[in-house]
Amino acid sequence: MNLEELKKIREKAQKDVELRQKGSRIRIVVGMGTSGIAAGARDVLKAFVEEISRRNLNDVIVTQTGERGLASQEPMVEVFEEGKPVVVYGNITVEKAKRLIAEHVVNGNPVSEYAIEVM
Amino acid sequence: MMDEISSHIMDIAANAITAKAKHIEISIMVDTKKSLTTLFFKDDGIGMNDEMVKKVQDPFFSTKTGKKVGLGIPLLKGTAETTGGTFSLTSELGKGVEIQASFRLNHPDLPPIGKLKDTILVLVVGNPEIDFAFRYAVDKSEFIFDTTIIKGLLDGVPVNHPEVVNFIMNYLDEHLQNQID
Repeated sequence: MNLEELKKIREKAQKDVELRQKGSRIRIVVGMGTSGIAAGARDVLKAFVEEISRRNLNDVIVTQTGERGLASQEPMVEVFEEGKPVVVYGNITVEKAKRLIAEHVVNGNPVSEYAIEVM
Repeated sequence: MMDEISSHIMDIAANAITAKAKHIEISIMVDTKKSLTTLFFKDDGIGMNDEMVKKVQDPFFSTKTGKKVGLGIPLLKGTAETTGGTFSLTSELGKGVEIQASFRLNHPDLPPIGKLKDTILVLVVGNPEIDFAFRYAVDKSEFIFDTTIIKGLLDGVPVNHPEVVNFIMNYLDEHLQNQID
């Protein structure tokens, strides 16, 4: 496997890039401060990245942010969706992340039992 | 809590991202003859003045002051010094931060490198607008992962495109895993 293979991916992917640039449908932000990382935020972010890649969700992006100021609820995750309230989830694990992708992102049903705030 | 070198890396990189860095360089060099691992880190973020440089190394600073740099630096410093290694952090306002930490390989308190590929993956994919240059070297063999090269090859296709993410995961698995085990 070498980096040249990226060119093949590029040709294939360039078609749907235009679509992405119009803006992602959903943005998932994972808190990555010291306490978040210590509580497993890296594994959570990786789980989101893997699920999005595996399901080929072209209109969903995951990014990281700094400390959210609520160390006891880390890892914390915010889900931004156009025209809908922002849902903040707390104490997210790898398993919960997979469920959030399936239920919130794919099926459009926020998982209220993990939510700590809706803004 | 920070039980892996790669978690420390995640943490100092998160500081750099908060400090608006656009280019982050991370090298890990393992020298088996000298029995020493050296971590070199450099960013081009907003940097810190002398007073901040002192304060971020103090474990009792920051969590309550609202500053964005937290306990992570003292933890890394503590890990390096506990293993008989060294730690230095230099910075200037407007000039980013440089950190060098070394760890004695044969020290019982040395944490494992840990999931370095996960750290690389989430940093690269979670911060598509930032360039990362990673280098992992064991004696004379080295692995380099530079997102400027990758982005050049991708020509506008974002690094967080699902297929690119899949490629990066497989690429890191294939090229980095053996070196760490």
